[in-house]
Amino acid sequence: MTLTDDQRMLHDSVAPFMADEGSIKTQLRHWRDIGCKDGFGHGLWKQFAELGLTGILIPEAQGGAGLGMVEAGLVLEEVGRNLTPSPFLTTAVAAVRALEGSAQADRWFPGIVAGEMVAALAIDEGRSHDPAKVSLAATRSGNGFTLNGAKQFVVHGASADVVLVAARTAGAPGETDGITLFAVERDASGLQVDNVALADSSKAARLTFENVSVDADAVVGEVDDGWTPLSRALRSGRAGAASELVGVAAGASDMTLDYLKQRKQFGKLIGEYQVLQHRAAHLFGEIEIARAAALKAAQLLDAGDPRADLFVSVAKAKAGRTSALAVQEGVQMHGGIGMTDEHDIGLYMKREAVLSEMFGSHRFHAAEVARLSGY
Amino acid sequence: MTDLDAFRAETRAWLEANCPAEMRTPMRTEKDACWGGRHFEFQSEAQKQWLTVMGERGWTVPDWPASYGGGGLSAAEAKVLKEEMAAIGARPPLTSFGISMLGPALLKFGTEEQKKDYLPQIARGEIRWCQGYSEPGAGSDLAGLQTKAEDGGDHYVVKGQKVWTSYADEADWIFCLVRTSTETKHGGISFLLFDMESPGVSTKPILLISGNSPFCETFFDDVKVPKDQLVGEENKGWDVAKYLLGHEREMISGMGLGGERQALGASVGEVEPLLRAEIAAFDVDVLAFAAMSERFIDQLKAGEAHPAMPSLMKYAGTELNKRRHELIMAAGGSDALEWDSERSRGGKSARDWLRTKANSIEGGTSEIQLGIVAKHILRLPGA
Repeated sequence: MTLTDDQRMLHDSVAPFMADEGSIKTQLRHWRDIGCKDGFGHGLWKQFAELGLTGILIPEAQGGAGLGMVEAGLVLEEVGRNLTPSPFLTTAVAAVRALEGSAQADRWFPGIVAGEMVAALAIDEGRSHDPAKVSLAATRSGNGFTLNGAKQFVVHGASADVVLVAARTAGAPGETDGITLFAVERDASGLQVDNVALADSSKAARLTFENVSVDADAVVGEVDDGWTPLSRALRSGRAGAASELVGVAAGASDMTLDYLKQRKQFGKLIGEYQVLQHRAAHLFGEIEIARAAALKAAQLLDAGDPRADLFVSVAKAKAGRTSALAVQEGVQMHGGIGMTDEHDIGLYMKREAVLSEMFGSHRFHAAEVARLSGY
Repeated sequence: MTDLDAFRAETRAWLEANCPAEMRTPMRTEKDACWGGRHFEFQSEAQKQWLTVMGERGWTVPDWPASYGGGGLSAAEAKVLKEEMAAIGARPPLTSFGISMLGPALLKFGTEEQKKDYLPQIARGEIRWCQGYSEPGAGSDLAGLQTKAEDGGDHYVVKGQKVWTSYADEADWIFCLVRTSTETKHGGISFLLFDMESPGVSTKPILLISGNSPFCETFFDDVKVPKDQLVGEENKGWDVAKYLLGHEREMISGMGLGGERQALGASVGEVEPLLRAEIAAFDVDVLAFAAMSERFIDQLKAGEAHPAMPSLMKYAGTELNKRRHELIMAAGGSDALEWDSERSRGGKSARDWLRTKANSIEGGTSEIQLGIVAKHILRLPGA
């Protein structure tokens, strides 16, 4: 589990790019402070495209880079480290995986590759992630379907050109059969979009579908078998979120270690206190373990290994717990300054909270690990 | 088909033909581990046969050079062998401090004669080794050791006492740190190998809270050790010791994974929901640590691992193992507390649990390991 030369080169070009162009000051704080409705900059998304990142998972034949989740994970760790707001995880990773191989791919991939399109996933209906519990109804009408119901926590939903909507065409909530995935354009008639600011100042939408008509060709994959493309999106989204969480943890931890080496109290650098040294060393270990878990999940996904689902849940659960520890230790070790808006450490805490919930909390994924392990 | 695929196919066929069925079942007690050595009593013909065939092929130490009794495999081939053994649930043919600790140190610091002499015997499980590091008064502060080796011409005369010597009463030989000079704390230490049957060596088991005694006190009363059994240079044994400690920590960290292939939650049966949740969180941590271990080994082989990483692995692995046994006890409830009864498999749960309490003490305490990480990796001030 060491990186190849190509992966190292990718990392070596993405890390400085994200640290410069995607920095907290120029991106997160800038868009937050001017009250941007998207919560991210389209200019930066265009720069992602110029670097070939928006099409990182898209096959070369369709204009992309044809790389895998390991590479996407390397990018996401840097996104997390710098709290860079972008639709990379939702659009370039999860939505691309959902669309791949379908007729809808030809429609949306060129815009994604060019950095001109944003896609969102509408999966969650309740307060907690539980993707099989789809109840939003899609009923056949004429040549297509009519959608009725609601979704929440649709990240970048108000900025998206297309929303991938999981709807129920058969079966009952809780069943994976009978779900159909639709690619719905955001300006579809009857679709109400409430743009909501989250704790980290990113945006997610609440969507209300009132007799929204879509054509039959809006179906991604097969009718009643939306679980197949949806699972691809979920696996990659979860593994990707795990990598981003590792980046959030590493960024918070680096900031905290710097502080331990500068801040003096009682005439000593606080980093000289053994109680803090041991906590910092423990945290370092947890981050290394979470990073290995995220890498393992990405490698298994790229290899099409049957253990991938298990390790994706391991990675998301472990990264969630670890990043929570990292931001809590970060704020605590910074003391009073860590509670101020002026200091960046608090921004890590807010981002961690959102990312941890996205694609399932550590509790959801621990339960998945139990289920997949047969208990 | 690549060369590696061909190697995998051959390996699979060879294991199928040579690994006895009995050696493909999970180990139940400590006695199921095969330690080898002059006095080892094999539990079965299958156990003996498995050691013999694997030793002959050098596959007890697959990545050591074939000229020293190893398998001469590349890192990638050794990984394939490990995977194929795991796939059929094959037990390790040999558990040995010679393999996990002394061998790597000899490969790096030994003379050609020492390598030719000792390594093949280690590979075939003919000598059981113990480690003479800790002393009364010098536990985690290892370099505080007092055992002396005085110059006797062509030999050293060793006097002093060691403590916490694992399996000293069952070992054939010892690798031992001794003081050859008192001028500097770290600079006056030498690394010696000698036979535990040498006149003047005696051992006494230390009974632990688990009711077992894997550890001993070991006494040296004017033990004569030929000078060609010195590893590395005189007074420079600390370098050998530190190198070996890295391998010991790496080995100990492996216990974090547990020996079983089954998730803990799947093996404990019905438990209350809160405990089940704790166990699921634990299984997440074990699987994540398994990924970390795999990455760490690959980084070691590629020469990319930070030299202080074994400390982190030892810390994380042992804390995980302690947690595993806390959870097994919780799941077992009052059954698990019965010391000698059938219901607790002869007190196995309780004894194992009590044994693990030493994990974060032996081989350098968890606090020592965290201190090493803080100092050498995080570069915190004054650490």
